[in-house]
Amino acid sequence: MSEQPLLRVEQLSRYYGARPACVDVTFDLWPGEVMGVVGESGSGKTTLLNCLSARLKPDSGRVLYDTRHHGLTDIYGMSEAERRLLMRTDWGLVHQNPRDGLRLSVSAGANIGERLMAVGARHYGNIRQEAVSWLGRVEIDEERIDDQPRAFSGGMQQRLQIARNLVTKPRIVFMDEPTGGLDVSVQARLLDLLRELVSQLGLSVVVVTHDLAVVRLLAHRLMVMRQGRVVETGLTDQVLDDPQHPYTQLLVSSVLQA
Amino acid sequence: MNDIAIEVGGLAKQFRLHTQGDVAIEVFRNLDFQVRFGECVALHGPSGCGKSTLLRALYANYTVGAGSIRVRHCGAWVDMANAEPRAVLSVRRHSMGYVSQFLRVIPRVPALEIVAEPLRLHGIDAAWARERASAMLARLNVPERLWNLAPATFSGGEQQRVNIARGFIAEMPILLLDEPTAALDAANRAIVADLILERKAAGTAIVGIFHDAEIREQVCDRMFEIEPFKVAA
Repeated sequence: MSEQPLLRVEQLSRYYGARPACVDVTFDLWPGEVMGVVGESGSGKTTLLNCLSARLKPDSGRVLYDTRHHGLTDIYGMSEAERRLLMRTDWGLVHQNPRDGLRLSVSAGANIGERLMAVGARHYGNIRQEAVSWLGRVEIDEERIDDQPRAFSGGMQQRLQIARNLVTKPRIVFMDEPTGGLDVSVQARLLDLLRELVSQLGLSVVVVTHDLAVVRLLAHRLMVMRQGRVVETGLTDQVLDDPQHPYTQLLVSSVLQA
Repeated sequence: MNDIAIEVGGLAKQFRLHTQGDVAIEVFRNLDFQVRFGECVALHGPSGCGKSTLLRALYANYTVGAGSIRVRHCGAWVDMANAEPRAVLSVRRHSMGYVSQFLRVIPRVPALEIVAEPLRLHGIDAAWARERASAMLARLNVPERLWNLAPATFSGGEQQRVNIARGFIAEMPILLLDEPTAALDAANRAIVADLILERKAAGTAIVGIFHDAEIREQVCDRMFEIEPFKVAA
């Protein structure tokens, strides 16, 4: 086991006016760990994800990331340029809606290649080769490489978004409802693919979802949020099979058995 | 003592059902329990006395209210009742296997991969892991035509044998078995009994729930009686 967490969150709070969105959130995420954040809409989980991924400055508290050269560093204490470099190289961000994470008017291949070029790749043949390889890994037919993603189904768009994120070999990926809005059969395929890629690449992941089946399959540990506060944490199977907090019990018992 | 695999002390467990009138169900209190390497212990007691709860607590699938569950892990002790999630996961990956009663099926993942996964988590090459998984499935009489299918459509007995194959393949030093033969016919029960005896001879510490008296007598060295909880007068 490595000795240092990849991400350290200390007493993070964020308010919208007087209304708390996220209060006093503290946790460490270790390399290779997948953490699920669950809770109903309005519980503050998306606000938390935005704060963690350098897109929303918290009102108080710190988000520290283990940078390659300086160890644990406050991401909001970095310069804008340093932060942008991190987001392009070390971090990935998978949006619920693939249209927010893709460029719809350029080809699938270019969507993947663009992130490679942002980290310095210049050789066209290599970039295209890498794009072909990643299309294969996310189960998109290589022949679609020159098509625009607007011509793809929702499930294919989501898989393309994942390829675009993973091509630069990030160390941590933030996911916001990655299976939201997809058909159940498409969801299962995407989840299985994500599970496989995350374990192959040893990624650290923070995945926000309201779907307990998603975290059961993907996450090592869980954080349950309600009204901006973390009400329960633990191993995923522990929290789902033996929930302690009244809210978690309600959440788990409300899932319909198919 | 060096040959102790699991040492449980002062364990207490109650369920508090917040959504059902805040009922508290006390399962056990002040439970002490030890298992050595190379022995097989059957948890015993009437239905509802907490056998499965104890087994799940040993695996840290259930939390406990008080006490400790120290298990041997890579030459040190880890307290499953109080360890960090990543420490518990490390124990599960390297030191402690658990064969649940029912297989949790993952869409699209074929039986062969389900069985091979614990080996792959040990860093074993995928092709070799698959070969070992094939041998294990063959030994448990799972028909070869099923190996590359996801087990969602398998019979109860076939699913249970996939689950057993997965639980035994990585040869963990500690094994927890929750009614491993419940859905099996006599021939397959005998194969599972052989597997258990082999692991025991290799020094594995085994804790299980066996309703089938015949297999229990065949594989277990002793029984651990769980007294039904009585409210103190």
